Amino acid sequence: MTASPTEITVVASSEDVRIARLAALAIVVAVAEAGIPSPIPGIKPGLANIVTLIALERLGWRAAVWVSLLRVAGAGLALGGFFSPAFAMSVTGALVSLLVLGLAHRLPRRWFGPVTLSILAAFAHIGGQVALARVWLIPHGGIVYLLPLFGTAALVFGLANGLIAARLLAEPEGRFEIEKTD
Amino acid sequence: MRAGDWLVLLLSAALVGALFWMTLHQDSAARVRVFQDGKLLGEYDLGVPRRIEAHGPLGVTLVEIEGGRVRIARDPSPRQYCVKAGWLDAAGQVAICLPNRTSIELVSREKRPYDSIAY
Repeated sequence: MTASPTEITVVASSEDVRIARLAALAIVVAVAEAGIPSPIPGIKPGLANIVTLIALERLGWRAAVWVSLLRVAGAGLALGGFFSPAFAMSVTGALVSLLVLGLAHRLPRRWFGPVTLSILAAFAHIGGQVALARVWLIPHGGIVYLLPLFGTAALVFGLANGLIAARLLAEPEGRFEIEKTD
Repeated sequence: MRAGDWLVLLLSAALVGALFWMTLHQDSAARVRVFQDGKLLGEYDLGVPRRIEAHGPLGVTLVEIEGGRVRIARDPSPRQYCVKAGWLDAAGQVAICLPNRTSIELVSREKRPYDSIAY
C-alpha cells in the first residue's frame, strides 16, 4: 500500500523532546500548586515558572516560550476553565513575562542571574494581569488598592522562584529533568 | 545571587514600598460636599480656607475649611455629634448633623464615575 499524499510524518527533534519534557513537568507543578490553598484569591507562588526559567537558561528563549505557553494551555485543560477569564489572565501574564524575559535574557550574565530574571518576570506577570483586569474585568480605579499586595507577592515569589531556579541550574544538566526513556 | 541580582531586588523592594506609600496617601480628600436637607449645597476645595453657612430647621450649621481639613464648627443640634467628629481630612469621611438636616462628605481627587445622582 502506497502512502497517501496527505500523510505527514512528524519527526520530533531532540529539542522538541526536551521542550515537551519540561512542559509536562511544568504542567504537573502547576496542577499540584492549584491544590495549595491561598489566603488571597489570585495570588499564588507560580512555581511552574521555575521550569520556564530552566528552559530559558538551558534551551533559550524560544524554548521558554513553548514551555510556558504549553504549560498554560495544559494546566488550563487539566484544571478546567479553558478560555475562561482566569485562563485569559494566565495567558496575558505568561506573554508579558515572556516578553520581559526575552529582553532581560540579554543582560550580562556576569552580574545578572536567574534571580533577576525571575523577579522581573514576576513583576511583568502581575503587571500584565492587573492591566488586563483594569481594562477588561474591573473598569474601575479601585484595583490600585491591591497593587501593594500584588507587588509584595511578585517580590517574594519572584525571589523565591529565582533562588530555586538558580539552585537547580547549578546542578549538572538532566539531574532534575525527567529521566530519558528514548 | 550575583551583584545585579541584589540591585534588581533592591529596586523591586523600593517599587513595592512606593506602591504602599502611594496607596496610603491617595486617600486624602481634596474636596468637601455640603448637603442641606438632602440637597447638595455646594462642593468646595479643601485647599481654600472658607466658612460655609447651612441654614436648617434649627438654625445655622457652620462648616469650616482650613489647611486641607474640614469640620463642623458650630451646630444647633442638641447632642453635637457632628461637631465632636472634629477635623476630617480623609476621603469618604462624613459628619452628619441630623437634627439640623446638614451633612458633609469628603471626596477624593479622583473623578467620580458619574455626573449626578437622581432620586
